[in-house]
Amino acid sequence: MSATGTEGGPPLLEVTDLVKHFPIKRGILIDREVDQVRAVDGVSFRIERGETLGLVGESGSGKSTACRAVLQLIKPTSGSVKFEGREIAGLKRRQMRPLRREMQMIFQDPYASLNPRKRIGQIVGDPLKRQSVASGSELRRQVQELLERVGLSSEHYNRFPHEFSGGQRQRIGIARALALKPKLVICDEPVSALDVSIQAQIVNLLDDLQDEFGLAYLFVAHDIGVVRHISDRIAVMNEGKIVEQGTADQVCETPKDDYTKKLLAAVPIPDPRESRERRASSVQ
Amino acid sequence: MSAPLLSVKGLRVGFATEEGVLQAVDGVNFDLWPGEVVAIVGESGSGKSVTAQTIIGLTRANNARIEGSVKLGGEELTSAEDAQMRQLRGERVAMIFQDPMTSFNPVYRLGDQIVEAIRAHRPDTSKKQGRERAVELFEAVGIPDAARRVDDYPHEFSGGMRQRAMIAMALALEPEVLIADEPTTALDVTIQAQILGLIEQLNREHNLATILITHDLGVVAEVADRVLVMYAGKVVEEGTLDEIFYDPQHPYTWGLLGSLTRLDRPRPHRLPQIAGSPPSLLDLPEGCPFRPRCPHEFSKCSQYPGLEARLADSPEHRDRCWLTPEEKREKRMVEGQIGLEAPREVGRT
Repeated sequence: MSATGTEGGPPLLEVTDLVKHFPIKRGILIDREVDQVRAVDGVSFRIERGETLGLVGESGSGKSTACRAVLQLIKPTSGSVKFEGREIAGLKRRQMRPLRREMQMIFQDPYASLNPRKRIGQIVGDPLKRQSVASGSELRRQVQELLERVGLSSEHYNRFPHEFSGGQRQRIGIARALALKPKLVICDEPVSALDVSIQAQIVNLLDDLQDEFGLAYLFVAHDIGVVRHISDRIAVMNEGKIVEQGTADQVCETPKDDYTKKLLAAVPIPDPRESRERRASSVQ
Repeated sequence: MSAPLLSVKGLRVGFATEEGVLQAVDGVNFDLWPGEVVAIVGESGSGKSVTAQTIIGLTRANNARIEGSVKLGGEELTSAEDAQMRQLRGERVAMIFQDPMTSFNPVYRLGDQIVEAIRAHRPDTSKKQGRERAVELFEAVGIPDAARRVDDYPHEFSGGMRQRAMIAMALALEPEVLIADEPTTALDVTIQAQILGLIEQLNREHNLATILITHDLGVVAEVADRVLVMYAGKVVEEGTLDEIFYDPQHPYTWGLLGSLTRLDRPRPHRLPQIAGSPPSLLDLPEGCPFRPRCPHEFSKCSQYPGLEARLADSPEHRDRCWLTPEEKREKRMVEGQIGLEAPREVGRT
């Protein structure tokens, strides 16, 4: 499996002028639309096979809405989303179903994204079962293999989510996302709820899995430090629009947009002397 | 020399559970002086939050056993009556929490909640005076259009603004000590920078002593004067900010420093990490509890060393590691930076 399969052909994902507006309604009997929240307001980007695009911005910038609109979890207002050259914007649920194998998602909150009443084996095995990929002892074998691959143990198969720490839960979420061997994984703030030391473990795991399975990531986060580490390219989003896009080093080292500069300046420098200097100079 | 404002000595907090006593905090000592920021750093489960909550009397449950002493200006808090603690909370020691979304009552206006807190302690304050004070506090913490926004409900505020409102409420009675438990973890980086700046400013202007609880050494570098690093209920290293960042003695501290993503350096191929996860407090390994995750462990580690000053010229810099200072200086350098070990492939079967 090639890691960066750019053998011509269409990109893995191509998003053009994606728009999602939410109506603001007033009125008692007859809802009148009085205004719109322009959550995503004309966003375009592409992701090649095996590549990672980082999407950064503050809360409310529209990053999560963009992810959901790409996956057709919410219906985009307008714009085009092409997966391997095929238009998927506006597809019906049933038509999307086979495509769900190819695109999976990892969520921010490892506490809310796992059903507390289900065992780990069921949680990770569910996509395999729903897509009728495996069943019975074959399902169990595949799930146990996945658990080991993400750094858990096959003995965790019968445990419940509450028995795991935040970092371990995020590994379970990753195992579930990888179960169907997707080509694209959308990671929506996958590490921001974790301790810094555990963040590094998860970022490294995602890196390894990318090399092994040739995955492409859309990696969404508000911390540009983490995004820079994992991404090949970075898109910076503000108020529903992408304000800057470029390679990770370009965006972080020679930012052009003021908003990007503001995001970069806000990241704490873990160096007391430098941060004292920075504060001294900002006071003047 | 005057006495410290807050003095914590031999603090131990245990919780009786079905599987035995869970010793969440196991012998913590530190002093806090006026105007000082002491940071307590560690991963989830290290005992940092329980330490903070115990100081303010929030861990008094039926199954909790609290030993040792917490003195505020000479007054013992661990044995204080509940009524006395209630009096003192807010008035002398205030706390802000990680989650500004759930720390306010959603059905009351923010201003009214602050007025209520003031009037609970100072019953002779009129509602009008209370409201004026609330507006003043909102202004002090940088909430724009304060006079109008005190009448807002919590859901009308963004996360960062809500955290400011919580700080305003904590400051309402002009406490001497502020305990901030992960005050910026739930916030965007841009808002985090603003909140840290605010804490620093309050510190400077009001001589407010602060205990900052966090898992992120990046945050610590911005505001702290002294740092305590906790692991499995014990302090494994303590020192001044510069000692911890430029001459860290404990491998766990190296790991915490190494795992930070740094924009001011070229990006490494892989992020340095601390392998494994913290041990269960119900089933601690023999000797040093960090031993199973430490690449430098050796025979001596089967005994847990005390928290001692091991460097001749810095008597206040203490740690719990058997390695000699020379060994530490050599072993903590990983590819030219401070870290625990070179990153390796994990989880492969």
